[in-house]
Amino acid sequence: MEKPIRVLIAKPGLDGHDRGAKLIARALRDAGMEVIYTGLRQTPEQIVAAAVQEDVDVVGMSILSGAHNHLFPKVVELLKEQGVNDVLIIGGGVIPDEDIPGLKEAGLAEIFTPGTTTTQMIEYIKNNLKR
Amino acid sequence: MFDKEKLSQLKTSRENWEEKVLNKSLSKAPESKSEFKTGSGAPVKRLYTAEDVADIDYETEIGYPGQYPFTRGYQPTMFRGKPWTMRMYAGFATAEESNERYKYLVGQGSTGLSVAFDLPTQIGYDSDHSLAQGEVGKVGVAIDSLKDMEILFDGIPLDKVSTSMTINAPAAVLLAMYIAVAEKQGVSADKLRGTIQNDILKEYIARGTYIFPTEPSMRLITDIFEYCSKEVPKWNTISISGYHIREAGSTAAQEVGFTLADGIAYVEAAIKAGLDVDTFAPRLSFFFNAHNDLLEEVSKFRAARRLWAKIMKERFGAKSEKSMMLKFHTQTGGCTLTAQQPNNNIVRVAMQALAAVLGGTQSLHTNSRDEALALPTQDSVTIALRTQQIIASETGVTNTVDPLAGSYYVEAKTKEIEDQAMEYINKIDELGGAPRAIDLGFIQREISDSAYKYQMEIESLDRIVVGMNKYQVEEESPKGLLRVDPIVGEMQKKKIEDVKATRNNEAVTEKLQSLKKACENTDNVMPFILEAVKEYATLGEVCGVMREVFGEYEQAVLL
Repeated sequence: MEKPIRVLIAKPGLDGHDRGAKLIARALRDAGMEVIYTGLRQTPEQIVAAAVQEDVDVVGMSILSGAHNHLFPKVVELLKEQGVNDVLIIGGGVIPDEDIPGLKEAGLAEIFTPGTTTTQMIEYIKNNLKR
Repeated sequence: MFDKEKLSQLKTSRENWEEKVLNKSLSKAPESKSEFKTGSGAPVKRLYTAEDVADIDYETEIGYPGQYPFTRGYQPTMFRGKPWTMRMYAGFATAEESNERYKYLVGQGSTGLSVAFDLPTQIGYDSDHSLAQGEVGKVGVAIDSLKDMEILFDGIPLDKVSTSMTINAPAAVLLAMYIAVAEKQGVSADKLRGTIQNDILKEYIARGTYIFPTEPSMRLITDIFEYCSKEVPKWNTISISGYHIREAGSTAAQEVGFTLADGIAYVEAAIKAGLDVDTFAPRLSFFFNAHNDLLEEVSKFRAARRLWAKIMKERFGAKSEKSMMLKFHTQTGGCTLTAQQPNNNIVRVAMQALAAVLGGTQSLHTNSRDEALALPTQDSVTIALRTQQIIASETGVTNTVDPLAGSYYVEAKTKEIEDQAMEYINKIDELGGAPRAIDLGFIQREISDSAYKYQMEIESLDRIVVGMNKYQVEEESPKGLLRVDPIVGEMQKKKIEDVKATRNNEAVTEKLQSLKKACENTDNVMPFILEAVKEYATLGEVCGVMREVFGEYEQAVLL
């Protein structure tokens, strides 16, 4: 049997809006993936430690507070420092379009904004795994 | 509402109509769906008649406004006396910028202030804390010390406005700062009007800005109840919030059930702390969401009012009618806004606001069209405020009290939501009350299940969201969104340095020591916090002392 895709869903920063994160986590799990959800208020260090420890294929982060430009790149950077280069890193939340190019440049593979369906997300992950 | 004979006639005439008129029509033109549902997924019948309200006694269940059980409104003349308070939630960046926005809103006819704090403030961290990086000033204004609070309310007479503050875990600290600013303006605490949200249970359930564990958090809340009943008697000491429960995905009935269950927990905690129910209950207030399904929402507000009145009277033996009145603020549903075709949100907000008004709200915040994208711009906020003014001045719905009462559908729906909410309350009682039900994850799981179902309905097109899953167009990226300059973080850090360099640091240490002792024993902490903030102890320092004594809440991670 094929090894299931392992996904870490993380909430960096201080915002408590986790409806989206929980929905995605549940939908990915229903699609057969193994999903670990970090809970709220995770520092970039905690997220990276969890990603390494759980040996995940995907890190998905959600921020609705506007702190994405600060926190998303931090996670990418720390993962690189740990020598992790084969994890698909994606983000979502209330993120203005004009911030997306900068985030992609920083190493986020894709940014999902309001209105994205869980089906689109599942397809994207299946088609873009790095390992 | 009708006698037996009349009802039996109605039954016959309805069956007659079904046979002769309805069935003929259905055979020619079937309905578009096999099942019709409310926004919350509750079934809706084709037609409601007097039969559906037959068991509802007018005098005991519906009654008159300003009279128990307050189904028709908490006050006898409602909007004929004065319209609801138009209270726009605002705050961003620095105290200076937010102060400007408040003055603008008051100038445009806003009748109450509503302060949004940034996340570090809401979680009791100063702007220079490592966890605050990237978050300072983003979703609200950054308040680190009394200095910021003085700037925030500069030029705003605190004896004239009522101020609502969305602050929960550190509510005692921000209230103390507000009292201190008023004192500097020469306004005594007994003249202050406003509300602190101060509702920690829904933070654990849905909103996430908790600090301390349940028990000390409940103690802080009852300390505030007690202190305000003596010192700040016109202050609403809590705003028991269904808003965020609904935003997290609950149904309308769950919103009422879980919110009132939280309310019950606060009343029980205060009674246990030795307070008489009629001393604090009149200052309890509520906060609900206004979602898209107009008539379901109107019914929800009416159901909440009736059920709370019954709970206060029957369960807690309240004697004062003021203790039984559910007064509430409403905000239109943030989660209903779409990032696509954002101007459509103006229409959604208008209808949601109408539901709140028809449901008898005491104050209202209308969301801005661009809030699925960023914090609202001033232009967007103005349209949102104008929406309320149009409802108040042009639609005529304010001319008579509770105009939808007596609608067979609305009365049946009101009863249905009341009954379903009561079922949830019974279930939560069985589990040992709201705090226990939260520890067990019961409430969170119920909400998650509803949220998941809602999302799947959108994806399968069972639920249409205009512009998002139907009637889509290609769009350009929206321009001119409000952005908070990252420099705000640096400015706040500088301000903290200045405050710490100029205050009496010895006095600060001493006041924080006294506060620590009060936290360790059973003294009311409010006077100690007030003393500390007056010496310009920072929010982070005050909360730091409390963190040391009380510890921190650990969220159960559930999926």
